[in-house]
Amino acid sequence: MKKILASFMLLAMLCGLAAPSFAEEAIPAAATTTVAAPAADAPAAEAAPAPVPNKGDTTWMMLSTLLVILMIVPGLSLFYGGLVRAKNMLSVLSQVFGIFALISILWVIYGYSLAFGDGGSMNWMIGDTSKFFLAGLTGDSTAATFTDGVVIPEFTFVAFQLTFAAITTALIIGGFAERIKFGSVLAFSALWFTFAYLPIAHMVWAGGGYLFEKGALDFAGGTVVHINAGIAALVGAIVIGKRIGYGKEPMAPHNLPMTMIGASLLWVGWFGFNAGSNLEATGGAALAFLNTIVATAAAALSWMAAEKLLRGKASMLGIASGAVAGLVAVTPAAGLVGPMGAIVLGLVVSPACLWAVSTLKKSLGYDDSLDVFGIHAIGGIIGAIGTGIFVAPSLGGVGVKDYDMVSQVITQATGVGITIAWSAVVAFICFKLVDLVMGLRVKEEDEREGLDTSAHGERAYNL
Amino acid sequence: MKMVTAIIKPFKLDEVREALSAMDVQGITVTEVKGFGRQKGHTELYRGAEYVVDFLPKIKLEAAIKADQLDRVIEAIEKAAQTGKIGDGKIFVQDLEQVIRIRTGEVGPEAL
Repeated sequence: MKKILASFMLLAMLCGLAAPSFAEEAIPAAATTTVAAPAADAPAAEAAPAPVPNKGDTTWMMLSTLLVILMIVPGLSLFYGGLVRAKNMLSVLSQVFGIFALISILWVIYGYSLAFGDGGSMNWMIGDTSKFFLAGLTGDSTAATFTDGVVIPEFTFVAFQLTFAAITTALIIGGFAERIKFGSVLAFSALWFTFAYLPIAHMVWAGGGYLFEKGALDFAGGTVVHINAGIAALVGAIVIGKRIGYGKEPMAPHNLPMTMIGASLLWVGWFGFNAGSNLEATGGAALAFLNTIVATAAAALSWMAAEKLLRGKASMLGIASGAVAGLVAVTPAAGLVGPMGAIVLGLVVSPACLWAVSTLKKSLGYDDSLDVFGIHAIGGIIGAIGTGIFVAPSLGGVGVKDYDMVSQVITQATGVGITIAWSAVVAFICFKLVDLVMGLRVKEEDEREGLDTSAHGERAYNL
Repeated sequence: MKMVTAIIKPFKLDEVREALSAMDVQGITVTEVKGFGRQKGHTELYRGAEYVVDFLPKIKLEAAIKADQLDRVIEAIEKAAQTGKIGDGKIFVQDLEQVIRIRTGEVGPEAL
């Protein structure tokens, strides 16, 4: 495994180092400007003093970063962990923890620069290598926000964005939980992060990125995080194949209270994810904050109601799943739609996801163990399209310049389509590559025994 | 001597134990078990996945008693464990050939 990681990192660096030759004419003028500044080619008067970060904004962004870490290490781990069988509990916890650690390091080595640098002629798709190893960053470096002249420390921006890269990659493991080799998960994560996450994040969020310039709206990562991860998980579930006994043996979740704790931590952490994406502690963050409550609540209610109507009983897992679906749907919309629009998004997303995790999944026959596709990809698509609709000022949204609902929805759909295609193709190639080099799936007897003892040599519960 | 084995609803265990200790039964052994009878199982739903749970949790209780206690013991268990609903369980009675108390080496009814 070490070999593959090393060779892949070398490969990634070579790709990155090749880029400047295409990009020489456009070395970023303001090396510290990270988010697009619309007036980049009309430099301000030389005398204007460099903006200084506001202490409130800085504090809020560090707090938001902590909240997103809370979503991942305990939150996502426990949410997923409770859903698997007891014999695979530690494998899920290890995978999420391991991916968080791995992506954190890759992010500061090359991820940040490739995602938020200026790639010159390749800038529509990817950044550059100028900030590899965070070269040139100091405590005085700043990153732009959505307001001209308002900046935050660049280190804070690096850390905040690091958590997004890590959670996106960690989300994918739910698609093939209970049957994949631990080393292969890490190898796949490093590859997919490099060739899917970084370009998509650049295209959507960085100045000059293809979707950013087209005006695609993605406030906190509906496409970059949720559709991206959901599609990769689906591809993984199909490439790796179903769990032994899927559809025949019972595979009930082993500890739903842990899933409930995990879902709750996700919800709490999501305030950092959504409201933090405003990058400033302002009214925009307050709107995103409120939307993160009401969309989630509406989605929990609508999953509950749909289950009661269709199956006769409302389940705790259903309520928690609905809450997560609502959080996913409001992610791209958080700071852009009004609270009533957010409620509609929440009400709509749950029945759609419930349909996806039951009817669609059954009819297509794939084994997406923890429904990453059904909740994150489907919920993300509804959120992305819904953002194009409910951003309309007439529907309570904040509006965007020259807004036209039809063209905005088309732009949103373009973003969704590009993300689906990109993530699917990259994920497929990465899975096949890892399979070829080190194999993806554990041995049959190891799978039956459970990954905790067979892959990690320990047991979650010694009672 | 008789060996009485009863399968009962888990929440009835305390009442049964009280009834038995009130009548000089010296000891019982309790095991958590799963099984099915006429009650059958139930269906559980986890998002899209539906599982039929065939085996329901029950308590298996074993008591070794003197033959002349048998009728009273059966009556006590019946009374304490009954809810009148399906799934109350069953009582099995077998002859018990020998009993030995390990500490003292006593055998037969003395060892009960």
